[in-house]
Amino acid sequence: MTRWTPDPTFYPSPTQATTAPPEKLAYVAAFDRTATRPDAIAVLDTDPDSPDYGRVVGWTDLPYLGDELHHFGWNACSSALCPTAPHPHVERRYLIVPGLRSSRIHVLDTQPDPRQPKLVKVIGPEELAEKAGYSRPHTVHCGPDGIYLSALGGADGREGPGGIAVLDHTTFDVRGAWESDRGPQFLAYDVWWHLNHDVLVTSEWGTPSMIEDGIVGELLLGRKYGHAIHFWDLAKRRHVQRVDLGDQYQMPLELRPAHDPTKTYGFVGVVISVEDLSASVWLWHRDGDGPDAPWAVTRVIDIPAEPADPADLPDLLTPFGAVPPLVTDIDLSVDDRFLYVSCWGTGELRQYDVSDPFHPVLTGSVRLGGIVRRATHPAAPDQPLAGGPQMVEVSRDGRRVYVSNSLYGSWDDQFYPDGVGAWLAKLDVDPQAGGLTPDPRFFPHGDEFRGLRVHQTRLQGGDASSDSYCFP
Amino acid sequence: MTATTWLTLAALGAFHGLNPAMGWLLAVARGLQERDRWALLRALPPIAAGHLASVAVVATAVTVTRSVTASTALAVAGGVVLVGFGLWRLLSRRHFRWAGMRLSSAQLAGWSFLMSSAHGAGLMLLPVLVTAPAPTGPHAGHLAAAPVGALPGLAAAGVHTVAMFGTALVVAVLVYEVVGVGVLRRAWFNVDRLWAGVLVAAGLVTLIRA
Repeated sequence: MTRWTPDPTFYPSPTQATTAPPEKLAYVAAFDRTATRPDAIAVLDTDPDSPDYGRVVGWTDLPYLGDELHHFGWNACSSALCPTAPHPHVERRYLIVPGLRSSRIHVLDTQPDPRQPKLVKVIGPEELAEKAGYSRPHTVHCGPDGIYLSALGGADGREGPGGIAVLDHTTFDVRGAWESDRGPQFLAYDVWWHLNHDVLVTSEWGTPSMIEDGIVGELLLGRKYGHAIHFWDLAKRRHVQRVDLGDQYQMPLELRPAHDPTKTYGFVGVVISVEDLSASVWLWHRDGDGPDAPWAVTRVIDIPAEPADPADLPDLLTPFGAVPPLVTDIDLSVDDRFLYVSCWGTGELRQYDVSDPFHPVLTGSVRLGGIVRRATHPAAPDQPLAGGPQMVEVSRDGRRVYVSNSLYGSWDDQFYPDGVGAWLAKLDVDPQAGGLTPDPRFFPHGDEFRGLRVHQTRLQGGDASSDSYCFP
Repeated sequence: MTATTWLTLAALGAFHGLNPAMGWLLAVARGLQERDRWALLRALPPIAAGHLASVAVVATAVTVTRSVTASTALAVAGGVVLVGFGLWRLLSRRHFRWAGMRLSSAQLAGWSFLMSSAHGAGLMLLPVLVTAPAPTGPHAGHLAAAPVGALPGLAAAGVHTVAMFGTALVVAVLVYEVVGVGVLRRAWFNVDRLWAGVLVAAGLVTLIRA
């Protein structure tokens, strides 16, 4: 479908995107841990003037079982305005929803009724395997020349290498593997880019066997999970540089580059240090001047583990007598000012002012859930919460932050063995002064999600981790 | 070539120059990225050169062919090609693919050549070139002599490109200095559809006048 004028949700620059109207709906990936019922996309009402505000108002079941929905994304975004391959008259309309466990890719149409997305296409695991050689699809990004989809595993039972597949913009067919030369890269997880600099960045988690049945203690203590990030030439599709964080820094996951296209820095969250169970956030940046200066990383945030009574800890953690923060997701506001850091283990969402990216300043914190703390939400003060702030999404204007509480089925079960439950919270932000406050009117939880667990949230019209911009 | 012919070539040049996808937007992006007006201005000549090359291929082919074949057959063939290409542009859902923003001047010219060719920029000149009165008689002008049959085509492409370059320059500087890229959200109507429509219309005109 093409339009006569550009899709109104496309903005040339991040500055203009921050003036976008507030989202009326949010889409949430929900999955059934037992794989006996279909996973679903739930639709939340985020319009404060609506009688259904904070409730699930739409629900689309997927046709199969055992997909384990995780991350997902839009078919098109502001990168469609990029001048080298412009296609501004496509619509931001389809959700590309991968099953991380099944390797199936679902395409849902959010028109004509945005509250009832309709499944219009399923791309089977065999197509991803055959055409790209990958499995376990993860991150979706709308690029100027196609839809980029990272994948953790190889095809036909091979552990790896993981990498990136490219999907056609209009048919969503898998066009092939993106890499022309992957250099030393084997592990994969997230992908994003600095479009105007022809730089692509990828991160590392683990191969399918390292994650699918839960975190493997020996592998973690043996420092076998990912601990490096990779820089690529986006135009030539070649590996340029591997930057090792040090093997104690296990699992650099989410990549959040600056939205300002003139900048070449970004943040990556590290789940755990095996030396002291702390979590950290690192800044990647050029080491020196010029467009070809080598890349470097600097650790800019450290979050220590919190001591705890071993009796309160799951088996995995009893030997340590401490709760690791487990930074599993981070998100950077569209104006590049605030970085939100999820500590899924200790049950905390932190807000840092990163105006000076080398020197983040803690400006806000909210406690929800946590392995030991089980902090409550103001809307249900007598209900201890399991899980913690995990997937975090920020509205384009930077005023609203949404967090959901599930990490990944088998890992949920290890860290929250009595059940992780399902809840989603919205926090209000003062974009001038910073600070975070839970919205007492917005707390869908429990039965609202019909027994499914909730992972990534996507906001109607775009959000802080959905769009890339080519104009400053 | 009559005055009308030259004017039409120039008008089509202006039309091509107005299309954001033909290069002015990329020049603006480079200017903004470098925060330097010169980066914008430096980008436009290679973009124009690429466009010139794309248009010249068609124009030269037409004028060389015209000097040796019956113009009616050529007009009909050209008209059919145009209508076909225009319909394909109108109906096809493919869009130009190009990864990479950091382009050297040579790559910029190459990008512009491919972009113009993929959009059928040169084809759009067919009706003007094919239906222009063929030079005849002893005073037909030196350009019609067989060995230099390509010259009118090159001249046509040149005039067209100067108009394209001038228009692109004005638009790019206006957007960069005054209007801002916010205008893209409102004013970037679907040029591709209009473009395809113009191609089809040009083909029909060629056929009718053949």
